[in-house]
Amino acid sequence: MKAVCFVKSVPDTETRVRLTGNRLDKSEIKYILNPYCEFAVEEAVRKKEAGIVDEVLVISMGPSRAQEAIRSALAIGADRGVHIEDDNLDGSDAIVTARVLVEAFKKEGGLDNYQILLFGLRAIDGDTWSVPSMIAELLGIPAVTNIVKLDINGNKAIAIRMVEGGEEVFEVELPCVFAARKGLNEPRYPSLPSIMKAKKKPITRYTISDLGIPSDAVGKVGSFTEVLEYTLPPQRQAGKKVEGEPEQVVEELIKFLREVANII
Amino acid sequence: MRFELTEEQKMLKDMVRRFAEEQVKPRAKKIDEEGQIPRDIIEQLAELGLFGVHVPEEYGGSGMDYVSYAIVIEELSRACASTGVLVSAHTSLVVDPILKFGTEEQKRKYLVPLAKGEKIGAHAMTEPGAGTDVTSISTTARKEGDYYVINGVKHFITNGREADIFLVFAYTDKEKKHKGISAFIVERGTPGFTVGKLEHKLGIRGSSTAELIFEDCKVPASNLLGEEGQGFYIAMECYDGGRVGIAAQAVGIAQAAYEDSLEFAKTRVQFGQPIANFQAIQFKLADMVTLIEAARLLYLKAAWLKDQGIKSYYLYSAMAKLFASDVAMRVTREAIQIHGGYGYTTDYNVERYYRDAKITEIYEGTVEAQRLTIARAILKGI
Ligand SMILES: Cc1cc2nc3c(=O)[nH]c(=O)nc-3n(C[C@H](O)[C@H](O)[C@H](O)COP(=O)(O)OP(=O)(O)OC[C@H]3O[C@@H](n4cnc5c(N)ncnc54)[C@H](O)[C@@H]3O)c2cc1C
Repeated sequence: MKAVCFVKSVPDTETRVRLTGNRLDKSEIKYILNPYCEFAVEEAVRKKEAGIVDEVLVISMGPSRAQEAIRSALAIGADRGVHIEDDNLDGSDAIVTARVLVEAFKKEGGLDNYQILLFGLRAIDGDTWSVPSMIAELLGIPAVTNIVKLDINGNKAIAIRMVEGGEEVFEVELPCVFAARKGLNEPRYPSLPSIMKAKKKPITRYTISDLGIPSDAVGKVGSFTEVLEYTLPPQRQAGKKVEGEPEQVVEELIKFLREVANII
Repeated sequence: MRFELTEEQKMLKDMVRRFAEEQVKPRAKKIDEEGQIPRDIIEQLAELGLFGVHVPEEYGGSGMDYVSYAIVIEELSRACASTGVLVSAHTSLVVDPILKFGTEEQKRKYLVPLAKGEKIGAHAMTEPGAGTDVTSISTTARKEGDYYVINGVKHFITNGREADIFLVFAYTDKEKKHKGISAFIVERGTPGFTVGKLEHKLGIRGSSTAELIFEDCKVPASNLLGEEGQGFYIAMECYDGGRVGIAAQAVGIAQAAYEDSLEFAKTRVQFGQPIANFQAIQFKLADMVTLIEAARLLYLKAAWLKDQGIKSYYLYSAMAKLFASDVAMRVTREAIQIHGGYGYTTDYNVERYYRDAKITEIYEGTVEAQRLTIARAILKGI
């Protein structure tokens, strides 16, 4: 059995987001492997170490920095990578991303080759939470998202999904999409020898024409949605202190709530 | 000219920072108080391949370079200076010389387990009567058939409590002065060899500093490292490389002190505003970050020159250690000043950084010794 992990390169959570006009200034952002994808990769590698899976493939779509995310996944223990890089992809939304990933997946043998499809539940930048389910839909297979446990038994899997106030236990037939959340596992620190080994593992590169995708099917033109602008959250204002005798203070407060805060 | 780390070096830095931040830093205070680095931390360091960073894979190492090793020391020391020096003394002062001067047999037997972190190394030169002047050691090694018989006392030996393998320096021929010193690999448990008292110290309290006693300690002749009389030369090479490690340690300590100070300055309010608004505090922070960056670039350059095999790198490693240790002292002193009275208490980490910083001016050559090295080199025209 083989597993595939779909991963994304995202800004480090400690990065300070800057804007140039209403666009993101990406010049000084530090990128990392999306932490949720890390859970997915760790799970796949553990399945390999347990002898359940014999190959772990990593697929990522993105600019050249996506390769670093793939390398990080290879350092955790994945076997090889696929990187889809094409200038035309800039501005692609979730559904376009899902379609492109599906084409790359098919090029690697698709469901004939891979039975376990692992994702991070969400990418901490775009935060659409949608690509895993979209890919399941496009491939016509089930998806269990938000999982905290995954057991594989022959061609069946038991996956535990977190829901409000409890857990749902699913038994599904493979192939299936699984989307990992925090708690599925504790990702390892990649050891130095693994980092060095990752350097030697193969990464296959595809452009959209390699995948037979026309350029007008991707990017801004091919997408249903478009990001019009980015704005920073409003700066937190300092609190206002009202001092004095109770009668006076109450009056002032009411005035403030009416005229400044506009909430009564 | 490129100032960028390679992709692997970046991955390594990220990994070590994360590991140190999550696993070591939360325990650094306890390590300082209890005077001991927990075994499980040492085991994790071994699993991650941090005991043989620059050792080739065929000898059980991680196959990276000296720059990578130095980065590891900075990141570990940023979390805990005691942990930093455990790895640094092991790597620069034991692993490196065996890698460089060891026979194939010695490498198989000692380098492999050391690089894997299954065994820890300690370097034993200093004696009560011999510090900066290593030629005044009185430990001797007398050849008897297939053995050398070692007699003498070493002190101030880092990792003395944890180590399994000791690199011990002794005179095989006192007449020949520094050309009569030889280096021996001595295993813990060898009859005639005992580890004596541990020092109580101002800083790096988690790192053990031990006395070693050799009484007719018989060591197989095959444990001579390099040739008879090569010991002084081997030791000097150790310190040239080790100074890069100590410079990196100093930078790590300073970095931690700076980060804590920045955070404190932004949140501590006096006169109705964060103290970071006061220019006097701002200037301290500006100086700190500038000094740290300069010290970092200096140790990275020294490490890089060593990786290139450039002999005169020793000048740069001496400059890096001299400068970085001074930076660590200045930055940690100002860190306490920024914290005011809080910084003087053990509720904050800066007092520990201040205590830890001082040793970087002393071991692997005092600042005075660094200046001697630098002056001799430039007067020679290097
Ligand atoms: C915590 C700790 C860990 C250590 N770890 C190890 C270890 O693992 N292995 C090991 O072998 N040693 C170790 N040492 C020993 C350390 O390297 C020595 O302490 C150091 O070299 C200084 O020697 P000393 O203490 O005898 O001081 P001295 O050499 O006596 O120096 C005293 C003062 O005189 C100055 N001085 C000496 N000679 C000159 C000169 N020619 N010109 C100008 N000034 C001079 C020195 O700079 C210093 O200021 C350790 C020491 C400590 C404290």
